[in-house]
Amino acid sequence: MKRFKFLEHTADIGLEASGSSLAEAFANAAFGMFSIITDLASIKEVESRLVEVNEADAEGLLFEWLNRLVFLFDVESLLFRRFEMLEFSERHLKARCHGEKHDPARHHLKLGIKSVTYHQLTVDRQKNRVKVIFDI
Amino acid sequence: MEAWKGHLERLDKYRWRIPRSYKAGMRVDGLVYADAEMMEHIKEEQALEQVVNVAFLPGIVGRSLAMPDIHWGYGFPIGGVAAMRLDDGVVSPGGVGFDINCGVRLLRTNLSEEDVRPRIDKLMDNLFAGVPSGLGSRGRIRLVGNEIDEVLEHGSRWAVEKGFGRPEDLENTEEKGEMPGADVSKVSRQARERGAPQLGTLGSGNHFLEVDLVDEIQDAETAAAMGIDRVGQVLVLIHTGSRGLGHQVCTDYVKLLVAALNKYDISLPDRQLACAPLKSSEGKDYLAAMACAANYAWANRQCISHWVRQAFCDAVGICEEEAGLELVYDVAHNIARIEEHQLDGKKTKLCVHRKGATRALPPGHPALPSRYARVGQPVLIPGDMGRYSFILVGTQKAMEETFGSTCHGAGRMLSRVAAKRRQKGSSVLHQLEAKGIAVRAGSISGLAEEASEAYKDVADVVNVVHQSGISRIVARAKPLGVVKG
Repeated sequence: MKRFKFLEHTADIGLEASGSSLAEAFANAAFGMFSIITDLASIKEVESRLVEVNEADAEGLLFEWLNRLVFLFDVESLLFRRFEMLEFSERHLKARCHGEKHDPARHHLKLGIKSVTYHQLTVDRQKNRVKVIFDI
Repeated sequence: MEAWKGHLERLDKYRWRIPRSYKAGMRVDGLVYADAEMMEHIKEEQALEQVVNVAFLPGIVGRSLAMPDIHWGYGFPIGGVAAMRLDDGVVSPGGVGFDINCGVRLLRTNLSEEDVRPRIDKLMDNLFAGVPSGLGSRGRIRLVGNEIDEVLEHGSRWAVEKGFGRPEDLENTEEKGEMPGADVSKVSRQARERGAPQLGTLGSGNHFLEVDLVDEIQDAETAAAMGIDRVGQVLVLIHTGSRGLGHQVCTDYVKLLVAALNKYDISLPDRQLACAPLKSSEGKDYLAAMACAANYAWANRQCISHWVRQAFCDAVGICEEEAGLELVYDVAHNIARIEEHQLDGKKTKLCVHRKGATRALPPGHPALPSRYARVGQPVLIPGDMGRYSFILVGTQKAMEETFGSTCHGAGRMLSRVAAKRRQKGSSVLHQLEAKGIAVRAGSISGLAEEASEAYKDVADVVNVVHQSGISRIVARAKPLGVVKG
């Protein structure tokens, strides 16, 4: 199964990610998001960060999960390529994210992400599929 | 993408109405400014449905407005304007956008094409080196301790007091570059962490710094009030916003307001329209945080202006006084503001959201600096990097029809993905160079996304606001050099 596909949006860009579980779909959405920012083949697993999110529902969880990663990229220049879901429910997740700091000599940055938006954000619990549009 | 099949009535050559009767729950009509050809494009996506969605918001008055550069956004359309009553209306972070106080400023110079063209490579190198740009770039300014809070409270004034620019820059900036009501306690630690290292950076995406040449003057008297007096005169256009700080403020408050929707019994067709009553603590807190982000953006453009002046003087070999480089004006095009407008014959305070729209005050408006009292507020409309940009002024008609608002730019026509499919960044670069435009870009592949063909022709956009009378064309400028993030 394909982990994610891009969705076209006039001003922005979105993606639809799926997995064999909702946890995997969330991890694949993060993978897809970092594929928008850079070529993930160039990223090594040098550092990791533990990210824990608690929200009122799965939509809020997805919004906050991806925004935390946007924040880590913006502030610490961290580019992640693997997301290990340690705990996952519709209102809580704990993940170890693996990657490395941006190195201009080795990593080409393609596109910046200002934020994840709530616009057309969907979490399909039956099909383990999520959809999200970014503001870029 | 599915085409929009809603109900649309053509009122005249440039005005289109979406009547309240189109959908139950619309509190006001939609009104869109466009010509017939543009409208065909606009209907290809769901931007008009977003105009409709905005008409559902509590306390909206007048009409849910869209400027001719309208395109599909998230929640609100880009190019949307909505005014809400203070007593029963709402404020929506989505009606401002993630890049709070994204805006444009224009500098005029005493220089002509012959002074700059022979030195353009040196000048562009200076600008590219002097103004940090591109994804992941860090600013040259080191903020110590709580200094970021002073930036958030005082905006451009902080920058000028630190030596970035001239005191007279302040009066030529919307809100004097210091929005009232900024409360730093309403800005999260995360937003500060994102913002602090990025102050004084251009960013990436559609942000740019452009050296332009005046190529047409339509209204010499008004242009003269702005210090623009001849074809071939060199101008500088700077387009950027509040960087990660504004993005995080918007993100924080969208989340907070989504959580508060039930509390205020607000139901919405799209969570990105999340809003809170203007009278509520959540609504007030957002406006106080938004003002901080707006001030950050003004300080950002102010610092950049300072380095632009240095870059020019070094490249051309003259001092600042000789070069001119005065600030003509600085406009915000992603902002919400409490303003006084005529409503049913009475002066009423309203919260006006402009998301991808520019304030356009008419001659005589009290918020104008004295030099523009007779001509109206300068409105700066950048085009795409290969064509031209426009300078307009606000009109009384805009006050009557659009809460003193007009368009903000060309408006995207092709998605970034589609633009990249059409051609490579390197071929866009060659085309620009063939036109005599010197380009400096952090990412060559990123240039493809900003190619001319990805945008509407800004001349068509500006023609609609001019013909419909909500602003007036003053002059046009063509790019000589562009720095892209």
